[in-house]
Amino acid sequence: MSIKITTKNLNIPNYNRLSVYREHGGYEALKKALSMEPAAVTDEVKRSNLVGLGGAGFPAGVKWGFIPKDTPKAKYLVVNGDEGEPGTFKDRYLLEFAPHQLIEGMIICSYAVGIHKAYIYIRGEYIRQIKIVRRAVEEAQEAGLLGENILGSGFNLDIVVHQGAGAYICGEETGLIESLEGKKGFPRIKPPFFPAAIGLFGCPTVINNVETLSQVPHVIANGAEWFASIGTEKNGGTRVFAVSGHVRKPGICELPMGVPLRELIYEHCGGMRDDRPVKAVIPGGSSSPVLTADHLDTKMDFVGLRDAGSMGGSGAVVVMDDTTCMVDVCANIARFYAHESCGQCTPCREGTGWVSKILDRILAGNARPEDVDNAVRVAKNMMGRTICLLADGAAMPILSYLTKFRNEFDYHVEHKCCDVKGG
Amino acid sequence: MPTLTIDGIEVTVPDKTNLIEAAKMVGAEIPHYCYHPGLSVAGNCRMCLVEIEKAPKLAIGCFTPCQEGMVVHTSTEKVLQARKDVLEFLLINHPLDCPVCDQAGECWLQIYYMKHGQYESRMMEDKIKKHKKATAIGPTVTLDQERCILCARCVRFCDEISKTSELGIFNRGNHAELDVFPGKELNNKYSGNVVDICPVGALTDRDFRFQCRVWYLDTQDSICPGCSRGCNIQVHYNLDRPHHAEGRRVLRLKPRFNPEVNKYWICDEGRYGYKFIDDESRILMPQVMRNGGMEFVSWDEALKASAEKIKASIPEELGVLASPQLTNEELYLIRKLFVEELGATQVEFRVPPKEEGYSDDYLVKADKNPNTKGAEEIGLAVGSAEEILKAAAEKKLSALVIFVHNLVNSGLDDSLVKAALEGVETLIFIGSNFSDTSEKANVILPSATYAEKSGTFANSEGRVQRIHEAVPPLGESLPEWQILNELARALGLDWDYQGTEHIFAELAKDVPAFANLTYEILGDQGQTLGYVPPAEEEALVEHGELEAVRAT
Ligand SMILES: Cc1cc2nc3c(=O)[nH]c(=O)nc-3n(C[C@H](O)[C@H](O)[C@H](O)COP(=O)(O)O)c2cc1C
Ligand code: SF4
Ligand code: SF4
Ligand code: SF4
Repeated sequence: MSIKITTKNLNIPNYNRLSVYREHGGYEALKKALSMEPAAVTDEVKRSNLVGLGGAGFPAGVKWGFIPKDTPKAKYLVVNGDEGEPGTFKDRYLLEFAPHQLIEGMIICSYAVGIHKAYIYIRGEYIRQIKIVRRAVEEAQEAGLLGENILGSGFNLDIVVHQGAGAYICGEETGLIESLEGKKGFPRIKPPFFPAAIGLFGCPTVINNVETLSQVPHVIANGAEWFASIGTEKNGGTRVFAVSGHVRKPGICELPMGVPLRELIYEHCGGMRDDRPVKAVIPGGSSSPVLTADHLDTKMDFVGLRDAGSMGGSGAVVVMDDTTCMVDVCANIARFYAHESCGQCTPCREGTGWVSKILDRILAGNARPEDVDNAVRVAKNMMGRTICLLADGAAMPILSYLTKFRNEFDYHVEHKCCDVKGG
Repeated sequence: MPTLTIDGIEVTVPDKTNLIEAAKMVGAEIPHYCYHPGLSVAGNCRMCLVEIEKAPKLAIGCFTPCQEGMVVHTSTEKVLQARKDVLEFLLINHPLDCPVCDQAGECWLQIYYMKHGQYESRMMEDKIKKHKKATAIGPTVTLDQERCILCARCVRFCDEISKTSELGIFNRGNHAELDVFPGKELNNKYSGNVVDICPVGALTDRDFRFQCRVWYLDTQDSICPGCSRGCNIQVHYNLDRPHHAEGRRVLRLKPRFNPEVNKYWICDEGRYGYKFIDDESRILMPQVMRNGGMEFVSWDEALKASAEKIKASIPEELGVLASPQLTNEELYLIRKLFVEELGATQVEFRVPPKEEGYSDDYLVKADKNPNTKGAEEIGLAVGSAEEILKAAAEKKLSALVIFVHNLVNSGLDDSLVKAALEGVETLIFIGSNFSDTSEKANVILPSATYAEKSGTFANSEGRVQRIHEAVPPLGESLPEWQILNELARALGLDWDYQGTEHIFAELAKDVPAFANLTYEILGDQGQTLGYVPPAEEEALVEHGELEAVRAT
């Protein structure tokens, strides 16, 4: 089945302008939503099985339902457009080519939850996308789609576009909130700082990924049953895979939830470069444990990937053929986390740095036999003991390379060179 | 009030108590670095991980509130291993500075390593170099970034307590560094506290650095005499290393917890105000004017000379300036001797300061005396310092006894002070340090400082708190109460006070505000004037009379 939802119209010229977006049915879902009871909108999203596409795959409607109904405090919507997970580049397309789709999703969400102020936090380097989203917000404002009394419904919403300050950790929801508040992006402790209870400025906050919210207008326009029927039992609809690595046609590729990995590579991404065999696949961004060629039949939804010992994550798929040195990949990933650990928690701050140095030494042919076990031990000692999930997100993939490709690490230690690349 | 089980012991705790505090109640110690009960919770060090039954992961003790029925284990295999692992992480980039680090001996890395660490080193990598090592970041504190474990206690202190926000953590990951913000220095009225709360040798006290190894220090509880707040302190001293710290015995003051007064903190003015104790200006021997010059004499001679002069004065010709720097016990003896026995009418303790003292809305009070309240209650505010000095200047006094005050540097009119000090025939000065006032005296009796005697001060809120002798009185100096006792005997009275507790018991009988108080009741946290014992309080509540008693 080849069905596209959020990326369907990306090729239409000027789809990021309000008039073109409207010509193709834009903001009709909003009208429909505004004619519904807010609770009915949330219910529709719940029944659609739309899950969060930023990393954790948490059901979006359930998350909206966590926001207290009768709070004297303000409520906020925050859109996570930090897109920092290595390999991920889907939100960038959605922001650049379909900003009104996101805005429409945001208004619907805000209407459902009773929010009157929303923020879009966009990765600092996405300068072009930030400009485009800002222009789209202005267009929507001028057209009465934002501001007071939206489309005569009596509902008000303002949107602020915020340029991120440039750190991976500002993609973690509570780090993002700190950053949005003007502070250093130090994640908060959950509990008690669950955004739905104590979020932005201490108020109840919905935080969703760009892609998650971009799906919302389609759920409302076509109904929950339609959306749920597209994906798997628990994960409705489609998701946009950002495929890179040794495939013939890398790029974004929207497919139904649960598409088999093999189909993704061979049918939608043109197969492997030079027809070489698949050696390893990162299925959901660098934080997801690596899969081997044995896992090509894995269903690419959150459930299937969890059952395969990995995770759906951000939908970034990095495909590697047999010319790839796994020690190199692992050391590269470890370096990223050491660089991006915010440095609050002892195990993460020190563990990411230490394991990275050990792996770099193994890679450089400068290691002792016990270093491989020590890297395993250090990675394990970081897990489950920190404030946010960055530490686990670093340890899990590192452990997956160290265990699934142990022989390559041992070879590096013993021969002080690489058996894959030679030299 | 949830009831939970910690290490097999059931305990009921107030709502919102965290596991670290609850564990203390059952005698279990949950080690921690970033948690400090006087600051907000950061939860970053991960040292306080404990096991809670039915929880999927280890939980941090600092941020986990006690809940009904919780079953907590603070030293299972899993917990001990996690602690060991955290310590290993904390130490991999920590410099091997212990032999040259001023924190050694009171460093929580050392303490917890010995208790919970003790592993084989597996670190082969080069340690990370940071920018600031032994760098002054303000007038009071030195920073060593490599020793910092990034617990952020100091940052939170400057944000939440001093509210000056000079400190921050810069950069990410293992390159993170504690530092002052660009262009700022750590310079606030409470800066020294960051040294106390820094669990390691990253922040050290410029005043104390390298003066003495901490294991040579002894401690004694006391009260800061720096202002009428009466912050609780510990005096840290050393008596057998005269070759250290230029022979100073008292080496530093540290805050002592008192929830009613100063919590965990003291101000810098108080912290660094101890130097006069071992200063060169200390008066070491009694002196008496003879043949136109001051001569050192024995106590017997000095007391005899003082008694003769005092006896020779009729009550109206005798002036006494007591001091709110003195203890209640001493002030009481001054009243008893000079007012009650000798009938003096020219008695006062208040001398206006040269300029209004600094004060703020946190700890520091403008009144720089520790015992103004006590002096008021004991009833030493009879006349006014100005009137007494006028009488002296007009030669209406034959003897003037001045305790502690330096009138020359006070808010009193300079020419009046000069005329008074020169006009009075006999000027007896009783104090610990030489000053422009002692210069003019013809009898000088050396007294002990607050660190060298026992007694009580009443702070501005009427809380009576005890001080204790940390070091013996320097030279031949004596506590004022002892001087007064001896002077009374030299005057032919049969006084025989054996110690301050003896005096306090009498004071409590005599001065209504002090009624019911004893040293035992004061304990180490003090008790307020107008104290009503619990049993009596109950009776008064029954009769609806408590408020009336309190009001008196
Ligand atoms: C270290 C770390 C980095 C993250 N980075 C991102 C990110 O760049 N973008 C994103 O949408 N979610 C990111 N997340 C996930 C968010 O914390 C959060 O789960 C998500 O924004 C929720 O939105 P969703 O439910 O729509 O997926 C990250 C999580 C972690 C632990
Ligand atoms: S786990 Fe790492 S990134 Fe997350 S809060 Fe702790 S130190 Fe920061
Ligand atoms: S300097 Fe001390 S108190 Fe401050 S963060 Fe470092 S270790 Fe903690
Ligand atoms: S506030 Fe007053 S009593 Fe407290 S430390 Fe400072 S000077 Fe001493």
